[in-house]
Formats: sequence, C-alpha cells, structure tokens
Amino acid sequence: MNPLRWRRFVNVFWTVASGTGVLVALIPLASLLWLVVSHGAKGLSASFFVSLPTPVGEPGGGVGNAIVGTFFMVGLASLMALPVGVGAGVYLAEKGDGPAGRAIRFTAEVLAGVPSIVIGIVAYGLIVTQMRRFSALAGGVALALIMVPSLARSTEEFIRLVPTALREASLALGVPGWKTSLRVIIPTALGGIVTAVLLAVARAAGETAPLLFTALNNQYWNLDPTQPTASLTVQIYNYAISPYEDWHSKAWTAALVLLLLVGLLNLMARLLSRNRMAGAR
Amino acid sequence: MRPSTDIASARAGPTPGRFAHIGDRAWGWGLTILGGTILVVAGLILLELGRVAAPAFDHIRIFRFLTSSDWDPVQEKFGALPFIYGTLVTSIVAILVALPVSVGLALFLSEMGPRRLRPPVAYAIEVLAAIPSVIFGLWGLFVMVPWLREFLQPALQRTLGFLPFFRGPMIGLGYLAAGLILALMILPTIASVTIEVLKTVPPALKEGALALGATRWEAIRIAVLPYARPGILGATLLGLGRALGETMAVTMVIGNSPEISASLFAPGYSLPAVIANEFAEATGDVHIGALASLGLVLFGITLVLNAVAQVLIMTVARGPRGAKA
Repeated sequence: MNPLRWRRFVNVFWTVASGTGVLVALIPLASLLWLVVSHGAKGLSASFFVSLPTPVGEPGGGVGNAIVGTFFMVGLASLMALPVGVGAGVYLAEKGDGPAGRAIRFTAEVLAGVPSIVIGIVAYGLIVTQMRRFSALAGGVALALIMVPSLARSTEEFIRLVPTALREASLALGVPGWKTSLRVIIPTALGGIVTAVLLAVARAAGETAPLLFTALNNQYWNLDPTQPTASLTVQIYNYAISPYEDWHSKAWTAALVLLLLVGLLNLMARLLSRNRMAGAR
Repeated sequence: MRPSTDIASARAGPTPGRFAHIGDRAWGWGLTILGGTILVVAGLILLELGRVAAPAFDHIRIFRFLTSSDWDPVQEKFGALPFIYGTLVTSIVAILVALPVSVGLALFLSEMGPRRLRPPVAYAIEVLAAIPSVIFGLWGLFVMVPWLREFLQPALQRTLGFLPFFRGPMIGLGYLAAGLILALMILPTIASVTIEVLKTVPPALKEGALALGATRWEAIRIAVLPYARPGILGATLLGLGRALGETMAVTMVIGNSPEISASLFAPGYSLPAVIANEFAEATGDVHIGALASLGLVLFGITLVLNAVAQVLIMTVARGPRGAKA
C-alpha cells in the first residue's frame, strides 16, 4: 500500500478510536440518567417528599425525614467547613507562594484524595466515641472534613483568576494590602467563591459512606444534632440492598430526588461562574 | 509577580501608612492561621485514625494481618488479604478499562474531535463526575449486573474462557462488576486531568510536527504524548486512588464474600466495603480497631498515590522534560 495512504488510514483509525472512547463513556451515562428518571418518576408524588418511610408492602410513604436530614447535616457541615475552607483558599491565593503555602497546598491536594469512608472513621473517633451515640453532629463533622480541602483548592483557583492589574491599581491608589484583598480582590472573585461553595455542598449532599456509621439512620423526623439522623443517600442504599420490589422502586425515586438536588446545585454553580467570571476576565 | 505590600503602605502617607501596616500584619496572620488549619485537619485525621485503630494493635501482627485470609471477628481473627486482594483486582480492572477510554476521550476533546461536538461532550463528562456514588451503585446493581450475567459474561467465557479470569458460574455480582462500575466512576477524573495536562503542551511542538508533514495522529504521537506522558501517569494514579477508596458502588455490586478467586466472575470483597458493612455493627473495640486498621492501610496507600500523582502532574506543568522525542 502507498505509505501516505497507509499513514492517512492510521490517522483515521485513531480518530475513530478516540470517538469510540466518547461513546463508551456516554452510553452508560445516558442509560443511568434515563433509568433514574424513568424508574424514579413512577413513584414521584407530593407525599413522597413529606411522608415518613413505611414498612414493606404498606402503600404510600416517602423520604421526607431523609430529605430534611440531608439538608440538616449538609447545613451543619457547611457552618463548620465554609469559614475554614474559604479562608484557607484565600490564604493560598494571597500568601501561598512561599514554602509554607506550597506545603499547605500539597496537603490540601492530598487530603482531597483521602477516601470518604476513612473520613467517616475519623468522625466516628472524634464524635461518636465521645458521645457514645450516633448523631447528626458526627455526620456533619464527617461531611465538613470532606469539604474543607477541596473547597480550599477551588477557592484559590477562582481568586487567582482576578487580574493582577486590579490589585496593582488598588495598591497604586494607596489602599493598604489587607483592604485591597477584602474590598477589591474578594468581591471580584465572589461569584467564583460561591461556585466553589455550591460544588462542595453538592458533593457533600451525595456522600453516603461517611454517614453509615456516624449519622446512621432514623425512621422518624429529627432535628436534634445529638440524635441519629436519616439521609437521602443512606436511605437509597438501604432500599437498594433490601430484597423487596417495593423498596427497590422507592430507591429509584429517592435517587431521582437526590439527582435533581445535586443537579440543581451544579447548574447554579455553573451559571454563576459563567456570568461573574466572564466579567472579571 | 505582585508589588510588595510593604512598599505600597510605606508610600501611602504617614498616618494611614502606619495603620495600614498593622492591618496588613493582622490580615496576614489571620490568613496564615486559616491556612494552617489544613495542616491541623491533616494531623487530626491521622491521629484519630490511629486512636480508633489502637485497641486492635495488641491483637494483630502486621504480617499476619496483611497475609492471612481468615477473617472472623467473633474469634478475633483478622486476616485482611481477601479485602486487599479484592481492592487491588477491582482497581486494576478499572484502570485497564478506564485509561484507554479516558485518554481517547481527552484526545477527542482537545485534539481530534470535531470542534462542534466538544462542548456537549465536555459537559456530559462533568455530569458523570457529579453523580453521587450511591446512584452508580443502584444502577450497577439493577442494570449493569443483569446485563453482565446475561450478555457480557457468557460472551467473555465463549471467547476468552481458556483464561482463568473468565471461568466459573456467572452470577453478575463480583470483581468484574465492581471493576467496570469503578472504571465508569474514575473516567471523568482521568479524562479531565489528562485534558489539563494536554493543554500545557506547547503548541509549537505539535505545529512543528504538522509543518514537517506529519498527519494529525502522528503529530500527537510524536510531539504531544511524549511531553504529556508523566502527567497522564499522574492522572492515572489519581484515578487509581479514587478507585481504591470508592465505597458505595463497590459494596453494592462486588458480592461481599471474603474469598480470593482468580476468576473475575466470582464474588469478592474490598477494603472500603468491609468497613462500610461491619463498622456500625462491630462486636467490640477490637473489631472496630481492626476495621480502622484497614482504614489506615487504605489511607496510607491513597496518600502515597496522591502525593506521587501531584508531583508527576507538577513536573509536566513546570516544563520541558520528556519532550525530547
């Protein structure tokens, strides 16, 4: 065969191969999304959002307490994680060019890769062994520990997108460094920081493993941080591994609710970062 | 890179200048404390993990712990080998499947694909990354496992049944199911890091190859991939770290049976899965300690993998090494 034609053929072959990679990734994704929506929509009703779970075979029932529990624990986690995570991100962006900053950045990066189940053991040691009880607080601490490192890194990235000229202009007008950071840099990056927060919250809302033996589960409503608490993810897990058809279909519906929640948070984050950062650049 | 704040405040006039200096110091210290909490969090994780694991240290010897396959918490026999084996096998399957797919995906998105298709595909990959793992598990359990049992496993046995990996009864649940669901879950990680790495390749390298008459694929093979190779390796290690620690989806499809089998069709167990299943109902401090020790093993492995991955990705970002091809 003509060498040039052969080389062109190889080129086409690899182009097609890379396209196949796209298909291999997208087919399961499409199947997953479609089945969660189609299976989940069957059980969707207003009462699913506000009722307590019912025993097998009993009609009706929902995951109201699990939805509240997820919001409650993610809220607790955000209270703890946001100041620390965002603050550490500001530190990394503003003062993080020295050896200390590099060490902290590296630590945050490595911590972000620690499996969430290991973080669950840590929260168990910190809270559950002290209180001698599974609790929403322990679940919140676990989620907070998961949020902090990734929040710090993404906050840093967004603050670093602020053009240097803006800082220089402020300093040149005689504004002190700290005021430049607080009044010029951070407000400019605010859209990005909110995006980072929304993404961290979405990730925390989807976590299951660290809640299994910190918050455990609860069949009833609970807003007491010292009591075990239901969450959407643990509820999906329990329904899915049960042997009952009825509970399986509830697992799909709860999965649809969770997917909508996480999807909404991600969508908000995406819109925010597009609008605000487009102006900042 | 940016002007020193000291110079700026010194030039700001006498009174506000001195005041600004104090403000700058306070701001600097405040930020440093917030940044330092990251190190505190890291220390806390290590400390607490050790403390929860401690009660088991008198009962287990490291060597037996890592090499025995006898796991019987009631008898206080703790052999972690089936879990370590399951974790490694499923992660290797995941990498073998996910690496070619995600590098193909990354090349499609940054070099080879039609420009109009790139944004929707990139968005789809973001969606894939955002799906909670328990939903992957749900889909894996009710959709992928039956599909494996009815189609993929019989097909594999017919064509490759002479290999020990594809023998035995086909029940769907097992190493293969866990490995494939992991592949799907780590795909976005590897692909997105690879795309970032490909972006750092100087365009002049590829343009040079194209100008010398290379086809698009040849330019990628000669100029782009050698430069990006350490970064792609780093991306793979990041994905591997994620696969080793992934809990829910694996727990739901691996079959949860503490045995070691060469066949990928057989049910097995993994480190995170046994922690997830036994921790809340553990029989006592020693059992909890043994489970936390499994957590320590997992923590150690992922720590090393992530550290190496970060260093590799940094070397690519920093500049020309391995670009000599």
